[in-house]
Amino acid sequence: MAITVNGTKVDPPGDMRVSLLDFLRDDLHLTGTKIGCNQGACGACTVLIDGERVLSCLTLAAQADGREVTTIEGLAEGDALHAVQAAFVDHDGLQCGYCTPGQVCAATALLNELRTGSPSYVTGDLTAAAPLTAEEIRERLSGNLCRCGAHNGIVSAVLALAEART
Amino acid sequence: MTVLRYSRAADLAEAVSAGQEARLLGGGTNLIDLMRKGVERPQHLLDVSRLPAGIDETEDGGLLIGGALSNAALAADPRIRAHYPMLSRAVLAGASAQIRNMATVAGNLMQRTRCPYFADVAGASCNRRVPGSGCDAQGGVSRYTAVLGTSKSCIAAHPSDMAVALVALDAVVCLEGPAGPRRLAITDFHLLPGDSPEKETALAPGEVISGVVLPPSSLAARSAYRKVRDRASYAFALVSVAAGLRLEAGRIAEARIALGGVGTVPWRAARAEALLIGAEPTPELFARAADAELAEAETQPATAFKPELARRTLRAVLTTLAEDAA
Repeated sequence: MAITVNGTKVDPPGDMRVSLLDFLRDDLHLTGTKIGCNQGACGACTVLIDGERVLSCLTLAAQADGREVTTIEGLAEGDALHAVQAAFVDHDGLQCGYCTPGQVCAATALLNELRTGSPSYVTGDLTAAAPLTAEEIRERLSGNLCRCGAHNGIVSAVLALAEART
Repeated sequence: MTVLRYSRAADLAEAVSAGQEARLLGGGTNLIDLMRKGVERPQHLLDVSRLPAGIDETEDGGLLIGGALSNAALAADPRIRAHYPMLSRAVLAGASAQIRNMATVAGNLMQRTRCPYFADVAGASCNRRVPGSGCDAQGGVSRYTAVLGTSKSCIAAHPSDMAVALVALDAVVCLEGPAGPRRLAITDFHLLPGDSPEKETALAPGEVISGVVLPPSSLAARSAYRKVRDRASYAFALVSVAAGLRLEAGRIAEARIALGGVGTVPWRAARAEALLIGAEPTPELFARAADAELAEAETQPATAFKPELARRTLRAVLTTLAEDAA
C-alpha cells in the first residue's frame, strides 16, 4: 500500500475514513490544496490522480492507493512556475487566491482533455474536435467557483494556453 | 463517518459474495458525501471502482457498457458520441468534469435524491430516509422536486441526467447476484415512491450492477439531450429532455422520449410517444404530445412552473429533431 504524492511514495493513513483532502493537508502538510465546501460543490480541493482532475474532498485517501496524486505543489519546477500558473498571473486570473490551486489543477487537466479530443456539453458536433472558444473553456471549468469573480481572467488564461498548443 | 472497514474487490464475484454486509463504493461522489452528512452509515465499504470496465460491441450491434466505467470515459467514447449522442450529451450535462472523472456508470444509477430534506438528518422529516417519518418537502423548499410519479409519501426528483438518456434508449441493466445473472429493462430498475419511497431500485439483496446494454437503434444517431437549469452549467435539471425521432415518408415512424428533473424516476414519456407514432410532425402535434405527457402533473407552489417549462422544452427539442430529420 502506497500513494505517490508529487513523485514521493507515502503510506496511506491508518484511519480509512480520512479524505484525500485531509490527508494531503493535515498529514502531509501540503496546504496548497484548499478546503472550500467539503461537499463537492466548489472545486477548491481539485487535485490530479493519474493526471485526471478529481475532487479530493469526496475521495478517500485509501482510494488513491497505488495511484499518482499531483497537487498544486507538484506542478511548478522549483521556482519556475508551471505554464498554467504563469498564464493565470499574466491574465489576472485570481484575486484572493483561495480557489486558485484548484483552478490551476483543473485547467491543467482541461488542456489535456482538449488535446485528447474530449467533448463538452456545449460542443456542437460531438464527433468533431471542440472549437477553442471562451464558451468551451467556461463550460469545462464550471466545477471551479471563484467568489472574487476572476472567471474572465481565468478563461482568457486557459484559452491563450489552448491556442498556443494548437 | 462511522465506517469501520475499507477493502477493494478483486472481481465482480467478490462484490456479489460480500452481499448486504458491504456497501459498494464506486466514485464515491454521492456516497462519501452522504456518509459525511450521516445519511449513509455503512460498516464496510467495498471499492468496486477498479473492476475492469470498458465498452464492448454486442452480437446484435449494440454496446455493453461496464458498470465501473467512469462517466467521463462513457461520454468521450467515439461510438457513444457518433451513435448515441443523446447519452454522451446527457452525461456531459451532469455534474462537473472532476465528478464525471470519478463517478461510475453503476454508481450514477444508484445515486440518491438531492432533495434537501433527505440529506438533513438532524432537522428534517423524510420518508425516503426514515420510513414513516413524514415529508417536509411538501409545503417546504421544493423547487427541485418532481411533478410526475409523486406520492403522498415522497415528491423527490431523481437527479440523474445519464439515466434519462438510458431510459429513452431502452437500455437494459445487467445484474449479477447470489442467484446468478439477470437483465432488467431500465424502466423497471428505478421504482416509483408509492408508499415505500425508501425502496428505490429493483435490486435484490446482494445484487450488483455489472453493466448496461444499449440495444442497436435506428434513431439514436440523430438524438438530442437538452437540459434547462438555474445556471448554465454544474446544476441539477429543472427540466431535461432526451429524445430521438425517425421519420419515414414525412411521418414519424419511431419516437423515444424521456424527461429529467420532473419525475420521481427517470421519466419515459410513453404517452407523448404514442401520440407521435404515425403522425406528421407539426407544431400542433408536438404541443398535443407534450400536453398529454404533463396532464397528470402534480405541483407544489414552487414547482407550478415546471409542467409548462417541460412542455416548452419538449416541443423545442422535437421541433429541432424533426427539422434535422426532414
